[in-house]
Amino acid sequence: MSVLVDEKTRVVVQGITGHQGMVHTHQMKEFGTQVVAGVTPGKAGTVIEGVPVFDAVRDAVEKTGANASCIFVPAPFAMDALLEAVDAGIRLCVIVTEHIPFHDMLVMYRYARAAGARIVGPNCPGIASPSKAKVGIIPNVVFRPGRVGVISRSGTLTYEIVNGIKEHGLGQSTCIGLGGDPVVGTSFVDALPLFEADPDTDLMVLVGEIGGTAEEDAAEYIHAHFTKPVVAYIAGRSAPPDKRMGHAGAIIARGRGTAETKQAALERAGARVARFPYEVPQMVAEIAAARARR
Amino acid sequence: MVKLAEWRGKALFRKYGIPVPAGQVVRSPEEAEQLTGSGSVPLPCVVKAQVLSGGRGKGGAVRFASSAKEAREATAAILGLDFKGEKVREVLLEGKVAIARELYLSIALDRSLRLPVLIASAQGGVEIESVADGAIDHQGIDPFPGLTGYERRRVARTFGLTGALAQELDSLLRALWALYEGEDAELVEINPLAIVGDHLVALDSKVIIEDDAVFRHPEYAEIQDDRTPLEEIAREKEIAFVQLDGNIGVIANGAGLTMATLDVLMELGGKPGVFLDLGGTDDPKKVTEAFLLMAEAHPRAVFLNIFGGVTRCDTVATGLVAAMRQVPESNRFPLVARIRGNNEKEGIEILRAAGVTSIADLRASAEAVVAAAGGRP
Repeated sequence: MSVLVDEKTRVVVQGITGHQGMVHTHQMKEFGTQVVAGVTPGKAGTVIEGVPVFDAVRDAVEKTGANASCIFVPAPFAMDALLEAVDAGIRLCVIVTEHIPFHDMLVMYRYARAAGARIVGPNCPGIASPSKAKVGIIPNVVFRPGRVGVISRSGTLTYEIVNGIKEHGLGQSTCIGLGGDPVVGTSFVDALPLFEADPDTDLMVLVGEIGGTAEEDAAEYIHAHFTKPVVAYIAGRSAPPDKRMGHAGAIIARGRGTAETKQAALERAGARVARFPYEVPQMVAEIAAARARR
Repeated sequence: MVKLAEWRGKALFRKYGIPVPAGQVVRSPEEAEQLTGSGSVPLPCVVKAQVLSGGRGKGGAVRFASSAKEAREATAAILGLDFKGEKVREVLLEGKVAIARELYLSIALDRSLRLPVLIASAQGGVEIESVADGAIDHQGIDPFPGLTGYERRRVARTFGLTGALAQELDSLLRALWALYEGEDAELVEINPLAIVGDHLVALDSKVIIEDDAVFRHPEYAEIQDDRTPLEEIAREKEIAFVQLDGNIGVIANGAGLTMATLDVLMELGGKPGVFLDLGGTDDPKKVTEAFLLMAEAHPRAVFLNIFGGVTRCDTVATGLVAAMRQVPESNRFPLVARIRGNNEKEGIEILRAAGVTSIADLRASAEAVVAAAGGRP
């Protein structure tokens, strides 16, 4: 097993004819993902990276049985793309697009939720279950199949840490990049139960950052419901208050959502909190070794 | 984040039908004298510096005038003030009103709820952070029906308003919600919302427009934010660039990795000065521009920390080498590089040919740059 994506995942790429869409369709296929269709309005009949392109998501679903969408559509049109995917019956939508107005995302989130669909992202690197499927843009080289689950709000920092886990001779069950925007479709608290229920995940890595209270919420959930060991790292300890740090999410406002409050909450919940990114794989390796000795 | 000055916020209030005092923005003492003298702005009036920082009252940036001459003098005294690092260039003149009660009202985003929240308190006129939790009412507002009648009635109850005032509040809340949605606001705050005679009046405004929505509102693209000149140039080039107090420049990609890099440098005794997030570029020209921008900030040493995903290591290396050739002798600085990920080998080779060694280990490379910048400050 794995979480959210596996060998049964059939991906439709929305915005497949754009630069990012093409590059990552190629990468997803290299990873072993079944990319079955692409959608770009007006481009039906084209073939990109061996993948047939359709005008509408509904056509793609009918003709190819696509059951997950990866959205690269530019921000002004991303809401329309998501609504189209949900209305066509897609129940997992990974939105890579950045700079989507949060007002749009508020509507998208409520709409998807009402239909029973899950959004991962926006502004996210996506989901990967090594040796099974990848929906998104995480570089293929960092992965190795294994039993560590990873959930992260960051992109490149996730690659760094996942790569570190590989270099320690371990691998991942599934890695989910949640995205760094103020409103995300899937939060730590939404993703943790999936890993709790996954028999192929032994331990979790959480990569958080300053801003918002998603990590504090995660700590509460872990304390009450999560039974597997957790290693966490929070980026942005040295960030000055009220300075925007790139991600819309990465801003500390009025003393809430600081690295200190997040680290303390996670420690209280029983997680091991790394001070440096390179300590995460070390801690993971220690926990895995201790489990192996049992 | 586009923070609007009070007068711009009030212009929006007027557009959406939220009552504000009669007033005008001026940029010279003569204008102030003329507008009050002609009765365009009623006397006595309040003279308020148009700055984005709070605490204007205590900071001497708000004055009163009862004649046109006093209005001119007050404006002259406030214009050009340095208020918490902001130079006062505009002043708002408004007719003074007799306040019976001060209330608080805002709409902001609750990230955990993934909903806008309508926040109301009967204790307005002070910073909302200083009001006890029990005296603040929060309501999550679903964007689908929008702000409903029962939610609006709850605010009237929170404020203790009935009859005609409750009716006025109802229209005001509809207008506030329309503004929040229509202008793609991150925050709309009225503090205080005053009861003046038998009416509600918004005495202050705080409106923040979301950056990502500016494509729908080109009028906000021109508005100055609280950026330094280099941050402004970076914004135009779509590079995330932040200036801090230290002396080590950091070029990384992705917000999380950038922040983690700063954390490691600080922990090792270094002082990051400027950091620059390349984001997901695969254009060598953008890397060159970023590097030249970094040179403008005169760092003691620069740390390049890239994990290639969308960004390819060879692209970054090519852009970097091109930029190094363009930096004049007087602006050169030691460079420590760490490039990992996609096309790592090619990138390292390009850097080696230009005389730059890439250190694979994060800690070792961070230590090298801290030493190059002169060690612990």
